[in-house]
Amino acid sequence: MSGARPGLAMQDITVTFGGLTALSGVSLEARPHEVLGVIGPNGAGKTTLFNVACGFVRPDSGSLSWRGQELPRLRPHDLAGLGISRTLQGLGLFDRMTVLDNVLVGADRDARSGFWSDLLSLPRATRDEARLRDRARAVLDELGVASYADRYPASLPYAVRKKVALARALVAEPELLLLDEPASGLSDAEMSDLGSLLRGLTDRMAVMLVEHHMDLVMSVCDDLVVLDFGRVIATGTPAEVRDDPAVQSAYLGEAVTDA
Amino acid sequence: MTVRRILVQPVVLAALGVVVIVLVLTAVDDFRSVQLTQMAYLGIAAGGLTVLTGLNGQISLGHGALMAVGAYTTALLLQDDEPMLPLLGVLVVATVVTLVVGAAIGVAAARLHGPYLAGATLALAVAVPGIALYFGDTLGGEQGLRVRVPDAPGWVLDAAYFVTGQDLTPSKYVAFLGWGTLVVAYLGLAHLSRGRVGRRWRAVRDDEVAAEVAGISLGRARVSAFVVSAAAAGAAGFVMALSVRLAAPSGYSLTLSLTLLTAVVLGGLGSLTGALLGAALLTFLPQVVTDAGVSAGLDDIRAAELAPLIYGLVLVAVILLAPAGLSAVSAPRGTGRAGPPRRENPHEHSAQAAAQEVGRHDRRPHLVGPGRRLRRRRPQ
Ligand SMILES: Nc1ncnc2c1ncn2[C@@H]1O[C@H](COP(=O)(O)OP(=O)(O)O)[C@@H](O)[C@H]1O
Ligand SMILES: [Mg+2]
Repeated sequence: MSGARPGLAMQDITVTFGGLTALSGVSLEARPHEVLGVIGPNGAGKTTLFNVACGFVRPDSGSLSWRGQELPRLRPHDLAGLGISRTLQGLGLFDRMTVLDNVLVGADRDARSGFWSDLLSLPRATRDEARLRDRARAVLDELGVASYADRYPASLPYAVRKKVALARALVAEPELLLLDEPASGLSDAEMSDLGSLLRGLTDRMAVMLVEHHMDLVMSVCDDLVVLDFGRVIATGTPAEVRDDPAVQSAYLGEAVTDA
Repeated sequence: MTVRRILVQPVVLAALGVVVIVLVLTAVDDFRSVQLTQMAYLGIAAGGLTVLTGLNGQISLGHGALMAVGAYTTALLLQDDEPMLPLLGVLVVATVVTLVVGAAIGVAAARLHGPYLAGATLALAVAVPGIALYFGDTLGGEQGLRVRVPDAPGWVLDAAYFVTGQDLTPSKYVAFLGWGTLVVAYLGLAHLSRGRVGRRWRAVRDDEVAAEVAGISLGRARVSAFVVSAAAAGAAGFVMALSVRLAAPSGYSLTLSLTLLTAVVLGGLGSLTGALLGAALLTFLPQVVTDAGVSAGLDDIRAAELAPLIYGLVLVAVILLAPAGLSAVSAPRGTGRAGPPRRENPHEHSAQAAAQEVGRHDRRPHLVGPGRRLRRRRPQ
């Protein structure tokens, strides 16, 4: 079912926390140029799924592969180097750093100068820094928040901060973008902006989206995986999933109204 | 580049600093130059500590002990009338030895947080003077090691006379060495803090999980901050050994570590200017206060007891009135320096996000199963 270049594949992932099974036998694949939506009620295991994909949580069983290669001992800081970016549920911004610096951290792995050229402030380091700054500004500009570059996140509206977090993920030019509830706290208008933005990203990368807002999920995703109590209870296109009776009883029935 | 931007370039500041240092050290007498040397070594160590604590969020109660490593190394190399190395070489060796010790501690410290880190570095501060006693044969025990400061080379004397129009006294020679070391150390620290390395340190300080997701290895960032900071402490120990002409356990007690931390807090975490300001305060305040006490009619002993009291009061006042430290009182807001985390407006957080924040904990079990490593962090 995968195309020429496989994306992120999870095979039969099980995660338990003490007695609680957070994920049980979950398999899925995020393919290039597609948006894969992961939905499910609170506590269904969506964030845990991302944590497995990022190496924060090691699954009790199951395997993870990226571009056809297994990732048995993935560590979170390896992720960026593999071409995977993630935004965190909540913001995860660096509060005592400017917006531009926040985004520059996302570009960190592409910096070519090292410790010594930094220490001596060699021209190489300065040039490299200028190059990354330009790139960070370009991404902020693309998201329409470049005017906030020198501000501190805490002083900015929530929607702007969300975009900064997204810019930090995008500046790394990932091949896979993991978004954990990017629309939470956004207004309807901001949400539809986000929707078109996400669609626009698919010509550059695969997107995996955890989201509660069904309107957004239905309009943006190519495929959906529905989790409930750590199990996949349905997969398919948004339309298929919407009509699935198991989904309706477990999830949609109670919460379509956008919490 | 605007004039302002050129002026705040570290190299330009360093050059200006050198001019000021030469002018000041020329103008003062020997007594003051000894005090200024003290300010220099406190300033160097506080500069390293402010990078560690202010930029990387690691606390160290053991920097006085790291200074001792630099000082004892210096003393061991300067035992004979004929030094085995030129002073510059001694400085390099003292810095490198301390750096290596710092790396070992940094590796252990990188796994520790908050009070645990404070405790571990506190143990270091307490243990190091003990080591000097234990290896009394080599390290001189309670008495410590005398440091023979070599005479300034002829060309230095000539150059000093040419620039300042005076003969260079030994204590001024050491003062120049101390301040020269400070300028070089601060230049390096400033370059690191404003560059990519410093950005990584700050990212790890502000949000570990987000930093890690962005590809920063927490361990490497923490250890590198500790190593850089230890190197500064080693260089400070070198200057202190030259100035005091002695490396003895009593000079590197816990008090020294706490003094450094006080300097850093007084000046404002993360700011090198602040660290220097804090060092100045710690050097000169006791004198000023004691003099004031005497002229107010206190006897000498009572007057000397005033200084710690005033320290404490100043520290409390700074923490209450200017939590970002003295250096932030005049600095314009948002200059890119590490300030205090600004409190965010709760209303900006949507009610929904807040609800999720709360709901998130609802179904989480409080117990972690047997055999499972406790995770100290996990992204949400
Ligand atoms: N590190 C952890 N330790 C213990 N329980 C956890 C941990 N992470 C998640 N859980 C639990 O696993 C379940 C799934 O959580 P999560 O993945 O955050 O759900 P979602 O993101 O779908 O709301 C919840 O019951 C949660 O409390
Ligand atoms: Mg979640």
